Amino acid sequence: MPKWFTPAAILCGLMFVVSPVLIARAPDESSMGMVYKIYYYHMPSAWMFLLAPLVCGISSALYLARGRPGDDRRAWAAAELTVLFGALTLITGPLWARRAWGTWWVWDARLTSSLVGWMIGWAYLILRRYGGPGSDKLAAGVALFGAVNVPFIYISVNYWRTIHPPTTVVPRLPVEMGLPLWFCVFAFLLLFILLMTMRLRLEAARTRLDALYVALDE
Amino acid sequence: MSTERRGHAAGSPFARSVWLVLRKDLTVEVRSGEIAYTTLFFAASCVLIFAFALVKEGRAPEGGAAGILWIAILFAATLALGRGFERERQSETLRALLLAPVPRPAIYVGKLLGIVALLVAIEAVLLPLVAFLFTARLFAHPFWLAGIVLTCTVGLASVGTLFAAMLVRARSRDMLLPVLLYPIVVPVIIAGVQGTAALLQPTVEIALVRFWLLLLVTFDVVFVVLALWTFEAVMSD
Amino acid sequence: MPVMNKIVRVAVLVFCCAALAPVAQAQPPQPQDEFVPVGNSPAPEQIPAAPLLIGAYVIVLAGLFAYVVSLSRRLGAVHRDVERLEADLKRRGRS
Repeated sequence: MPKWFTPAAILCGLMFVVSPVLIARAPDESSMGMVYKIYYYHMPSAWMFLLAPLVCGISSALYLARGRPGDDRRAWAAAELTVLFGALTLITGPLWARRAWGTWWVWDARLTSSLVGWMIGWAYLILRRYGGPGSDKLAAGVALFGAVNVPFIYISVNYWRTIHPPTTVVPRLPVEMGLPLWFCVFAFLLLFILLMTMRLRLEAARTRLDALYVALDE
Repeated sequence: MSTERRGHAAGSPFARSVWLVLRKDLTVEVRSGEIAYTTLFFAASCVLIFAFALVKEGRAPEGGAAGILWIAILFAATLALGRGFERERQSETLRALLLAPVPRPAIYVGKLLGIVALLVAIEAVLLPLVAFLFTARLFAHPFWLAGIVLTCTVGLASVGTLFAAMLVRARSRDMLLPVLLYPIVVPVIIAGVQGTAALLQPTVEIALVRFWLLLLVTFDVVFVVLALWTFEAVMSD
Repeated sequence: MPVMNKIVRVAVLVFCCAALAPVAQAQPPQPQDEFVPVGNSPAPEQIPAAPLLIGAYVIVLAGLFAYVVSLSRRLGAVHRDVERLEADLKRRGRS
């Protein structure tokens, strides 16, 4: 692990420990009351859920263009994080929606395209696991389509009739709500980087293991 | 390299390659009819099963026609793609194509047009069948319907052809095609269903139909361009 | 081909912007554009929300923790295998 990993991990852990305190001190919201505070974890998860397929798609494009295994490993790691943060987003969202909208789920543009993006992440992982040789390039192709879906997810709330809050909410947040949010976003981003690093380390170790098996066979 | 540049200027080597690939597929299909007849029968069975399952008190469900139509087309497309490329794999023709001095994108476009032609032929039978079974007035606005059906089909086929070609050498390819294809074409299916449903309303809002049609065209352009680039990158190894 | 790619890509971009323009025009106003803070709500209103709120945070933290544990376990297993194989290779190199 790189030298900055342990201090960063400690910092990240501390931030997560401190975050509920900051969130509890934030004010309630006028129409949603206390339940909107799910937002402080839901939104950073959602942003990581949008970041991961972009990282996966860009790495996949680089892999298809240049053929370097490092790009492929990064794409695979990012796909796992897509599924992880997607799951967290798709669970916290409905928990909030139950109280704010009175229903667990609606088939609107934002939620449907998010679910689709999550499924594309699963498809990538299933392909890598069961596709056999050559599935690295196939998965890279899938990842490109997943990445193209991301801007669609983001702008869908602005252009379609949907009860999901639009993207104008974040820029207009007052300070006492904005500070805990950006604190959590930073914590999640740091966690994203740490998890990617760990996952890449795993992939590098696996490559080393494969090389050792080959060496042993000779 | 210079051949490619000449091809650019004239445009015809690319178009000729596309036509050659397309003609090969159509000839094989017309002679054997295997994929066309089996997929058509499968799609029709699908529609009939939906009709039987959803009929209540002797009447077909309201507003079910659009969804059922596109589900049947999607399943039929999956079968056709799987079987079509399986045939290529068995005769090793795909490898021969890739070795030939034909621009890769031309192979993709040729295959794509072949699949689209097959699906359009199937839709020509499915549309009247669905209209009849679900008493849906599908042919009130034929040009808008043709537009929606064609753009949605191209959207499905563009991604499907790419993935089916990529999966030719993979393990578990039959299972993996739906796993990869369906999530990505969900937006196309949704747009197709909504567009078709909009055409079935008692009072048709043309603005709404036009919106879905434009969205489908956008998807088609994005998917075909992405697929062209990916096909080139994945198949060259 | 690279030239065609570039032209096609630009065309795609222009087309997408043009195609989305009519879509962007005809939308009704959104239900809630911004969050409005208020003082702490009266107690009765807080009670039904608490299980959802706490549940959400527990799920997120548990999920993240589970993934970290899964990664550590996988990493540990691979490292053990690597050490074992390196030892085998060294023994074979010596003998």
